[in-house]
Amino acid sequence: MVIRVNPIEKIIQWRWDNLIMVGVGSFILSFVWRYLLERKELGTNKDTDSSEISVSWSQKLFEDRRLYIPTLAGLAVFVVLFPFVFSVYQISIMTTALIYVVLGLGLNIVVGLAGLLDLGYVAFYAVGAYAYALLNYHFGLGFWAVLPVGAALGALFGILLGFPVLRLRGDYLAIVTLGFGEIIRLILENWNEFSFGPSGIANIPRPGFFGLELSLETANIYMYFLMIALALFTIAVVNRLQNSRIGRAWIALREDEIACQAMGIDKTRTKLTAFALGATWAGMMGVIFAAKTTFINPASFTFLESAMILSIVVLGGMGSITGVILGALLLILLPEYLRAFSDYRMILFGAAMVVMMVFRPQGIISNVRRRYQFKGSSQSGDAQP
Amino acid sequence: MSVGGINLKGHLNPEMLSRRQELTIIDDMKPILEVKKLTMDFGGLRALDHLDLDINKGEIIALIGPNGAGKTTFFNCITGMYIPTRGDILISPPGKQTQRINGLKPNKITEKGMARTFQNIRLFPTMTVLENVMVGRHCRARAGIIGAIFKGPSTRLEEQNIVDISYHMIERVGLSSFVNEQAKNLPYGAQRRLEIARAMATDPFLILLDEPAAGMNPLETRELVELITSIRETEGFTILLIEHDMKLVMSLSDRIFVMDYGRKIAQGTPEEIRNNPQVIKAYLGDEIYA
Repeated sequence: MVIRVNPIEKIIQWRWDNLIMVGVGSFILSFVWRYLLERKELGTNKDTDSSEISVSWSQKLFEDRRLYIPTLAGLAVFVVLFPFVFSVYQISIMTTALIYVVLGLGLNIVVGLAGLLDLGYVAFYAVGAYAYALLNYHFGLGFWAVLPVGAALGALFGILLGFPVLRLRGDYLAIVTLGFGEIIRLILENWNEFSFGPSGIANIPRPGFFGLELSLETANIYMYFLMIALALFTIAVVNRLQNSRIGRAWIALREDEIACQAMGIDKTRTKLTAFALGATWAGMMGVIFAAKTTFINPASFTFLESAMILSIVVLGGMGSITGVILGALLLILLPEYLRAFSDYRMILFGAAMVVMMVFRPQGIISNVRRRYQFKGSSQSGDAQP
Repeated sequence: MSVGGINLKGHLNPEMLSRRQELTIIDDMKPILEVKKLTMDFGGLRALDHLDLDINKGEIIALIGPNGAGKTTFFNCITGMYIPTRGDILISPPGKQTQRINGLKPNKITEKGMARTFQNIRLFPTMTVLENVMVGRHCRARAGIIGAIFKGPSTRLEEQNIVDISYHMIERVGLSSFVNEQAKNLPYGAQRRLEIARAMATDPFLILLDEPAAGMNPLETRELVELITSIRETEGFTILLIEHDMKLVMSLSDRIFVMDYGRKIAQGTPEEIRNNPQVIKAYLGDEIYA
């Protein structure tokens, strides 16, 4: 902005008036930054002062029936009417966003609940996509037959990755999973006889609907509702898992590995189930992705994709289902709607990340643990969600 | 003059006889934890040196010794955190056979019935108090992934049981007003008590407490002593504790083991230990004789 280098004419242009603007701008920004930080500190102090448990607006929304039933009803109406009101383009990006919702929820099991930083999540996504493409190419298997196969293959690869990294934690685990993701991508790129290399596989059939031929638009709407159903299914399953015996074991593992083991939790098995269950969703979504785009190649499964899914989980709120859904919708839909600013997309993305981490490190919606109500202090613990 | 409870006049000495019966009863009962010649080397450092120890059912045993004597290493060995270099750790859970537990994983040992707390509190900070205790029930429950997803009647019943038992444990240690509070927000003394509740929730026959009174004020310590005595009385737990607070150790324990430099230097009742010259030497040095 200040210096302009012209390599052809070998001239360096100095734009001094711009320098002043940048200086003044960053000066003012630094004050805004300080002010916000101070306000944040004040806020946290206030929280600790009052012994009352502060109930955030998001928590209120979920606990008060009068609030969440109309919200859910409104959402349902919107979801059902959406494809009939908006264009094919809108339906298509919404379907993509829903795929990321499910991917985010899957990764949320591994990263958010079990606390295992996985940077190679996209590998399982690739496994699912290639499972459908190759099984269809070689054996003519249909979408519905491969969907469970993709999920199972995802789980299998999850366990495969899980075994060597059982002893690793934190940074080391992140590096190994990153490597795993790259290995899968490189295999797909270079093993031409198996995966057709960088040119990928084309003409993958869309999901069938009782053998009917669907027009492109109906196929899109069908895909959309299919994704809505799968997203709801995922939400239900993940919600049940996180409040179950297994879910508690995952969280305990995240919080303190040594104490978790001392409480009788099998560390090995808990880690492997987390990897397997997380990868299951990625495998399933891979199949959907292949069917939606009808063409796949290794370029769709780069590290950037893993980073994107991880950002969804971190930005949305680790361990929180609503947070992850919101995070996915924001991170996938906003770039689509803000195409006018597409040049600045990565800058905005980075800035949003930094601001989030400083002011709200727990994510958009932080994970709220389930509360149990007990009648008085009697021994009969009558649990109510 | 009497020999073996029968005095020379041919009469039974009632006092001696009752003591003898008591002795035979104790002989019949195997110690629930028996440690034989336990040795632990860290490279060239011998942290535990041929340590022998036994605990009978219902006892409160204290393990004391100066800093670095190897007390926590001993705990870590018998709970499976470390694998001992040599020696045997034998347990005889009530109603079960004696088994050797060297080298088993910590979670297996907890499953067999030995639960521990930690010197530096190791709770699950962002989980609620109830959930912390519910994690303790993990090894006594069976529900798997399928059960969690479909939530059939048996899973529901099991969950309800876990909640009930966990709540009972929380009431037991007097934390029922904190049930839904995150563990990290609890006051220090309450966190220590929560660790005990969590250990109790695993259905142990032996509870190992690693410095339960560390950092507590006198009032909290007194409450802790009451809690430990009462869980021994009502639930019948056997307790092995490491502690530096001598007042607590002397008032609470039935027997005391004293360690120094990885070796056992004395064992006996609180009175015997109080007057044992070797113990005094280990704690205060040689000047005591000067």
